[in-house]
Amino acid sequence: MYPFDYQRIDTQQALSAAQQDQRGQTGKQTSYLAGGTTLLDLMKLGTLAPAVVLDINGLAHDYGDISWSGDELKLGALVRMSAAADHQHVRTDFPVIAQSLELAASPQIRNMASLGGNVLQRTRCNYFRQPGWSACNKRQPGSGCAAIEGVNRKHAILGVSDHCIAAYPGDFAQALIALDASVDILGANGTRTIGFDQLHLTPGTEPERETILLPGELITAFHVPTGPWTKRSLYLKIRDRESYEFALVSAAVAMHLEDNAIKDVRIALGGVATKPWRAREAERQLIGNRPGLPAFEAASKIAFAGAITRPGNRYKAELGQQTLTRALLQLTEMEI
Amino acid sequence: MHMDHGATSSGTLAGVGMSRRQLLSGTAAVAIVPAFTSILSHRAEGKMTTLSTPQATFAELQVNGRQHQLALDSRTSLLDVLRENLHLTGTKKGCDHGQCGACTVLVGGRRVLSCLTLAASVREPVTTIEGLRDAKGGLHPMQQAFIDHDAFQCGYCTPGQILSAVACVHEGHADTPDSIREYMSGNLCRCAAYPNIVAAVQQAKPEMTNV
Repeated sequence: MYPFDYQRIDTQQALSAAQQDQRGQTGKQTSYLAGGTTLLDLMKLGTLAPAVVLDINGLAHDYGDISWSGDELKLGALVRMSAAADHQHVRTDFPVIAQSLELAASPQIRNMASLGGNVLQRTRCNYFRQPGWSACNKRQPGSGCAAIEGVNRKHAILGVSDHCIAAYPGDFAQALIALDASVDILGANGTRTIGFDQLHLTPGTEPERETILLPGELITAFHVPTGPWTKRSLYLKIRDRESYEFALVSAAVAMHLEDNAIKDVRIALGGVATKPWRAREAERQLIGNRPGLPAFEAASKIAFAGAITRPGNRYKAELGQQTLTRALLQLTEMEI
Repeated sequence: MHMDHGATSSGTLAGVGMSRRQLLSGTAAVAIVPAFTSILSHRAEGKMTTLSTPQATFAELQVNGRQHQLALDSRTSLLDVLRENLHLTGTKKGCDHGQCGACTVLVGGRRVLSCLTLAASVREPVTTIEGLRDAKGGLHPMQQAFIDHDAFQCGYCTPGQILSAVACVHEGHADTPDSIREYMSGNLCRCAAYPNIVAAVQQAKPEMTNV
């Protein structure tokens, strides 16, 4: 691990000063530390080497709460994954959020990892994680992508580019994007709120840019609106082993069913795309239709119509369609 | 130069007999701390780049009821402090990347991975396997249950398994064998003592009403 200067940011004044310092910085010279489960791992590997690590855990009194108004769930960015997954209203009113969290990582990691850090977790692409591999456009812009011709069984098939096919690994983000969440971002000039679907970027020609966050900006909260689809929601995660594993394919789905018709439906796909992935075309196909296997299979096909596969990950298109179909079937059978 | 661990921590050797490990570590510098050059000096230069000089920091830790003040390299993990500075070698280093659970300890009563925790960032009391025994020095019910059920072979993952199991019970996730398996999935056992571990957790759970 490269040396770094460790500082605690315990007050808004200290945070504000630190954000002023980071304005105009290029590259990742300063990192915020919350749970540290991604950051410390990648620093030990030498993949990340911030000169300054700002420990923001002292700001939990500002950003560590969950509140529920009936219309909206607000999740502070310093809430731990386990706390959100155990929260009564999250469990009963937003099952897809609780499931996406408790099916992720391990109990220890869920006790450590913050929600803000969770959505910013880095890809599990081994060519990115291991600096010993020379080619990775994400880690070293312009160096190429070893995964495109290399071992890519777990890589993305949606949102890929000629420069990067690394999969976005998270689960919680799929629940957020499916439920039209928004995110508060605090920067040197105050707070801005954007749709969660605006936060992450597809790799395009700049795989090193993963989000729209500017240097020094900090995610402080997520807002999830309640709708007639939020209670009928679930997260289905398919992986190589039953627990403590990243998704090969996952589906975050929510549905408003009335008189045996689909009034509204939300679909996000994990494990298969380069960023949290909303399948809006598939949703449009379903709205107004009767729920059932034919409609779900047709929608699943549409969701993966744009897939670009490689020999190693070709199976993901088929597995993805079956996963989505199964998730939608389970959704209609849910008793709420 | 290095700063001796004994000079900056209090009470670490109390109650612990001289072990082979301590004899060995007596001749090796275990906590290399550079001279306290200005920690912030590089920030004044404006543009920041990767640092090449180790940075010192202080950590105040409460471990198993004892208070410690330590001067550390900022990179030091809680795991390394426990093992190398405080000589609490019950906590094991497995993968050192948060994948195996061998380093599991309790911080503020919650189970966490000490390998992915910066020592300087710890704000709450730490409990390691050495701190589980009761006031009279007897085994914790979970420790006894692991012995009763032969819930290990090589024993390397066992301290992490036991702390994770204690937390699993306290969290209310030890009601069924399925739940125990799911909530113990962050602790790998290469000897595959898993069925025995589940049995041990089931035995200890009702005995843990007061501990």
